Amino acid sequence: MAQQPIELILLKQWATYLDIPIWLMDDHGDLLFYNEPAEAVLGLRFDEAGRINADELAGMFITTRADGSAMPTEELPIVIALRGGRPAHGALRIRAINHIWRTINVTAFPIDASGRRLGVVAMFWEQESA
Amino acid sequence: MRITLWGTRGSLAAAGPDTVVYGGDTSSVEVRATDGAAIVLDAGSGIRKLSAELDGLPRIDILLTHLHMDHIQGLGFFTPLFDDDVEVHVWGPASATQSLEERLARYLSPPLFPVRLRDLANVALHDLAPGHFTVGPFTVSADFVCHPGLTFGYRIAANGATLAYLPDHEPALGVPHFPDSPEWTSGFDLAEGVDVLIHDAQFTDDEYAQRRGWGHSTFSQVAAFAEMAGVGTLVTFHHDPSHDDATLDAITKRFAARANPFSFVPGKAGTTFEL
Repeated sequence: MAQQPIELILLKQWATYLDIPIWLMDDHGDLLFYNEPAEAVLGLRFDEAGRINADELAGMFITTRADGSAMPTEELPIVIALRGGRPAHGALRIRAINHIWRTINVTAFPIDASGRRLGVVAMFWEQESA
Repeated sequence: MRITLWGTRGSLAAAGPDTVVYGGDTSSVEVRATDGAAIVLDAGSGIRKLSAELDGLPRIDILLTHLHMDHIQGLGFFTPLFDDDVEVHVWGPASATQSLEERLARYLSPPLFPVRLRDLANVALHDLAPGHFTVGPFTVSADFVCHPGLTFGYRIAANGATLAYLPDHEPALGVPHFPDSPEWTSGFDLAEGVDVLIHDAQFTDDEYAQRRGWGHSTFSQVAAFAEMAGVGTLVTFHHDPSHDDATLDAITKRFAARANPFSFVPGKAGTTFEL
């Protein structure tokens, strides 16, 4: 496995110490890392899951708008940040691995450096506790 | 490839009778290919003495890892800069806001220096993005590494030999159990499998506890990094200005006694490696 860019390495280290759930994705949409607070929301320990590629990721979670209606992929804050290259925020419902539905707020922003898009970092929290 | 250490000190020059063995000049390393072509790594105060060794070369390339003072303070005393018969190319990490010329000119201009960088017609400045490029017989890889401010490490290949130069590097920062896997270790790709790794070893473990986040490594951290990267020879570098020869002798003697899976050479000014 090739070394990740320093920008992603530092973000992973930063995320390790935070209490807010954080996802770190690469420029292909592969989920490279999520921290311990995110494990509780996603229902899966990172040590068990490891890196999750984008195709696999899409099949692992079901997402809807906050009102329960269908949510097009291009509305997901992570997708907006990744494809559109701009920060995005939104509320949505997610069904985790353990089949528990949660309503969460997500803020995602692109990691652009040296003229390249390296990936996306997303932080999220349950709406009830916001 | 021939590598010569001209400045091995970190942070601040530390000339005096107590530092003659390891050297008091700040970072500067000469790299020569078999055809005589030269790359200079960093322009700390050590570059001043190197000037005379480069007489007659039509082109000299200086690769700056970053613009902290101890890595550029010798630039104004590098005599080829004032020789119109020599092309001097200075490479350094590109910033999103200011060119390399603008940033270097903050030092190379009054009131900090009497000569303006823009008045040196034979100097070309190159804003460098992470990636690979060639300079004469050298293939150079540049990548950002963990150190405050934009900082490159370099990997240089020529004549079948490889060198990695990471003089200011704190790969253990924020890693709960260092080393992490290669995928998540700053500088790994630059250092993997090189013949010689010149690496920051500024602090002892005790000192590091008070200086976490300053951008430097301990001997034990660099040992773990070098072992993971599978380097042939580790050269410890960027010695703390408060460490005199006796202190460094004691530290390096303990370090050499470990069962290191690589050759170990303490970085001393004037040391030359033939690869």
